[in-house]
Amino acid sequence: MIYFHIFLDFFIPGILGYGGGPASIPLIENEVVDRYEWMSVNEFSEVLAMGNALPGPIATKMAGYIGYAEGGILGAIVGVFATVAPSLILMISLLGLLMKFKDSPRVKRLTIVVRPVIAVLLGVMTYDFFFSSYEGVGLMQTILIGGISFILMEKLKVHPAYVIAGSLVYGALVLS
Amino acid sequence: MKQRDLFLAFFRVGILGYGGGPSSIPLVHKEVVEKYKWMDSDEFGDVLALGNALPGPIATKMAGYIGYRVGGYLGMINALAATMIPAIILMILLLTGLNSYKDEPWVKGMAEAVVPVVAVMLAVLTWDFIKKSGKSKLGWVWTAVALIGSLVLLQFFNLHPAILIFVLLLGALLKKDPAPVENKQTGGEQQ
Repeated sequence: MIYFHIFLDFFIPGILGYGGGPASIPLIENEVVDRYEWMSVNEFSEVLAMGNALPGPIATKMAGYIGYAEGGILGAIVGVFATVAPSLILMISLLGLLMKFKDSPRVKRLTIVVRPVIAVLLGVMTYDFFFSSYEGVGLMQTILIGGISFILMEKLKVHPAYVIAGSLVYGALVLS
Repeated sequence: MKQRDLFLAFFRVGILGYGGGPSSIPLVHKEVVEKYKWMDSDEFGDVLALGNALPGPIATKMAGYIGYRVGGYLGMINALAATMIPAIILMILLLTGLNSYKDEPWVKGMAEAVVPVVAVMLAVLTWDFIKKSGKSKLGWVWTAVALIGSLVLLQFFNLHPAILIFVLLLGALLKKDPAPVENKQTGGEQQ
């Protein structure tokens, strides 16, 4: 049963996540945190932060780790398979057909139409994370850490992996 | 040889692609087009466009398809494994390692300090999607309408996002195309 749930949990984000891996993150959160309650928002944010600090595609890292946490090695395989297989099978089998229609306005419209929804899902998640941080470390620390990491990543173009590593050190030393 | 090249090419992509799937696309291009010359730049562009038109993670779609093209089903599995497995193993090792110290105050501090950083990254990603949407054919006004509409449906009516996305996709596919004035390349594809 758990494998079936893991499969569904990642099949849905895999098949609805238009716009690449990041677009499927809020969908994964919806399943993992809200629906199956496998993790709290905080735990999910740790996994996401770790995922962002490591190289490689994000959706499969999430699927692999969460699948492993819930169902061991087999769970990891099921999670990754559910994430990757549907769209890959579509890509290989429909290749000829899709090549013909890739410039069709209908096919192009798919991505356009879904973008605002993904933006809202991401926005809601952003709010959840800020709120959970506010409850955890208070307003001052949230603004301080958030502000500094924004400047580092967006203005000074520091790689997120370093910013995350820095925040971990700060947390271990100052917030303990 | 071919399988070994495939593995090495996608292993490098997987291990150097910081910032999620989309950031590894230029690395895939470098390996596939420039280094191993498995396809030319135009063909690569087609595969990328196609990958973007389909749902799901982009890096694995590219790896799977290119692996399949170069080395059949074995090549597909090979390239996929090389892209994903190193990062997944690292992630499991690091996170389970951290879990056994979960109740130490310094580990709690680490976990709490990282939340606002992730929130900022998500905020930036949200803004990227809004900006892209406003600049697309949808335009800013319709983007705003769509944002507010989906916020209300998802947050206040608790509609499952899958249902909303599915309905929108269906609408986008079924909607009649506007007269071809707007877009010259639409020609030939409708009846």
